[in-house]
Amino acid sequence: MRIPCPICGSRDIREFDYMGHAQALDRPDPGAGAQAWDDYLHNRDNPAGPTRDLWFHGMGCGAWLVVERDTVSHEVTGATLARDVKGGAA
Amino acid sequence: MAELVARTPCAGLLPIAGGGVRVTEVDPGPMTAIAPFRGKEKTLAGALKRAHGVGWPAPGQSEASGDLRILWFGHSHALLTGVAPKPTLANHAALTDQGDAWAVVQVEGAGTRDVLARLTPLDLRDGAFPVGACARSEVQHMQAAILRVAGDAYRVMVFRSMARTLVHDLQVAMRGVAARG
Repeated sequence: MRIPCPICGSRDIREFDYMGHAQALDRPDPGAGAQAWDDYLHNRDNPAGPTRDLWFHGMGCGAWLVVERDTVSHEVTGATLARDVKGGAA
Repeated sequence: MAELVARTPCAGLLPIAGGGVRVTEVDPGPMTAIAPFRGKEKTLAGALKRAHGVGWPAPGQSEASGDLRILWFGHSHALLTGVAPKPTLANHAALTDQGDAWAVVQVEGAGTRDVLARLTPLDLRDGAFPVGACARSEVQHMQAAILRVAGDAYRVMVFRSMARTLVHDLQVAMRGVAARG
């Protein structure tokens, strides 16, 4: 498996760490309530098909990426800097 | 008062040779990490040009001027080697002395790419990695930087504490390449 790092180009999976679903970028407001925080912290979908994950290019440029991939075909369809997805200082 | 003696990271480990490859230690001189403050990327590039005559390196690139070399070194991050940074750069970027942090070796000879191919997933072929190209990647399990300085000469950098492991891994790869004739 290879991931197209927006900075480094296409790189081997060995250079990356999986950091969970991209849902982690959507942090609820502090007062959003127990259900929203429970969903944010613990509850994940398990899709058969397209999904969005966070990957850390720790053995490369050090950027956090949002990678779009398909859990059925294993196709990687895109990668974006998490900073550009999230805005702010990510 | 004790007399402290500076030892290079690979002292007593290099040079080694085999498999058409020779590995020597490189002393790149001062090394400074440059990380631009948010929104200061453009003014840093100008300050770098005025202070040292080189531009901010694009991802995967490096630039050399005499003893000075500036390497792209990761996301929003470059490494200046060979000279101490002029103080004016500190107005635009965080400067961190890395002079005692890295082991730097030069791997050269006809078999260099065959040896490195056993250690890193990086595409080192001419089209993907010409002279001057610089990448952060993995060398065995180590976070490394690889710089191509000539047709069959590459510099490999790992954290200083891993110098012995790097030399060991290079030696094993060189034996493997040599054994295949």
